[in-house]
Amino acid sequence: MMKNWWKFLAVILLTYVTLFSLLTPLVPGGLSVDINEINKGKNTISFTGYNTHFLEGKTDLRGFISIGTQWIEGRILSVTDNAKFQFEVTLPDTLPSTQVAFYAYTPQDGAIYVSSAVGFKDITIDETKKLPAIQTNIEKEEHQPWGFPFQPILFETIRNLMFHVPMWFTMFFLMGISLVASFKVLNGKWEKDIVAVASAKVGLVFCVLGLITGSIWARFTWGTWWTRDPQLNGAMIVFIVYAAYVLLRNSIEDEQKRARLSAVFNIFAFILMILLLMVMPRMVDTSLHPGKSGNPAFSKYDLDSSLRTVFYPAVLGWAMLGYWIYTIQKKFELLKQDKHAQ
Amino acid sequence: MLNKIICTVAFLLTYHLGFSQSVLEETFYRSGKINVVIAVILVILVGLFVYLFRLNKKIDQLKK
Repeated sequence: MMKNWWKFLAVILLTYVTLFSLLTPLVPGGLSVDINEINKGKNTISFTGYNTHFLEGKTDLRGFISIGTQWIEGRILSVTDNAKFQFEVTLPDTLPSTQVAFYAYTPQDGAIYVSSAVGFKDITIDETKKLPAIQTNIEKEEHQPWGFPFQPILFETIRNLMFHVPMWFTMFFLMGISLVASFKVLNGKWEKDIVAVASAKVGLVFCVLGLITGSIWARFTWGTWWTRDPQLNGAMIVFIVYAAYVLLRNSIEDEQKRARLSAVFNIFAFILMILLLMVMPRMVDTSLHPGKSGNPAFSKYDLDSSLRTVFYPAVLGWAMLGYWIYTIQKKFELLKQDKHAQ
Repeated sequence: MLNKIICTVAFLLTYHLGFSQSVLEETFYRSGKINVVIAVILVILVGLFVYLFRLNKKIDQLKK
């Protein structure tokens, strides 16, 4: 019982992770505005938010347009529901900037915005133009509800961070065990080959799960099951190389020879994995994958550490589960070896 | 037996996907794409369970 304390810990961690990754709300965010051209005079804007409280905070609801660093407040026309309201902004014929963003403010949600590229009609841009100064109180407002960051395109799928990413951490952990065992094999302890193959097999399972979950996530955010991205192609090559390790081993009859040869292959496979998954995607500048060269990691949006409080236990929990499965796989490999020796 | 089931499910899935792309889109883009998270969790659970069941079966066969 006490010997298996870490298995209980893994169960507790994964229960915590599953519950909180699904129950933590997303902070309110701006979804869209229905306008793509602003003109001189009156503009009616319909603002759509996500997880917002426009109707509940109706009395304090305010709508703004920001132009560069200056602000124009609108007049609230109507509030449809908690996620939608309409406001009217009267614009002069000269504006100081082409950088336009639409803001909504309620005390519950704080200030949320939609930045959308808009065209200008009958409006000239003059950077020296000073608009009448108004009191927005938006910058002063530090209150933001606790929750996972709201990101356009991602929305609720940001929760996949706790499921897709730990698959790869677990794979790295198990391939690390495999690497250490392979070094031991080359140092003469060829019976450690069992450890190397068992952990590589379980690591491969997590690799497959990482590939499938990543593909599903990509389909509904990037819009495609697979794309020619250095991170994705690298992951596929790593899968093929480790699958080759597991399959080709069987073609060598002599046990000691098999142990030594596959140990060398395994060390090269690990180096390749580090290069393809950690180094290469950061060197090119075209990777779509967050955390590599093109897109920032989610930690950039995680201002209140709400993601970290679930993500770190998730990595630990999944890695422990991976190790647990590896111990079972090792028992099976030992059993198979004994059977073979008889 | 298991292979037959996997093949049938895979066939039905691809058949279904090919003809009802819009149903797929509607299901997964609804409610802030929360169903994508559900699908990902299910894939992990089913994947691990299938793997463990197969391992269990192989161990049983060896012990005989």
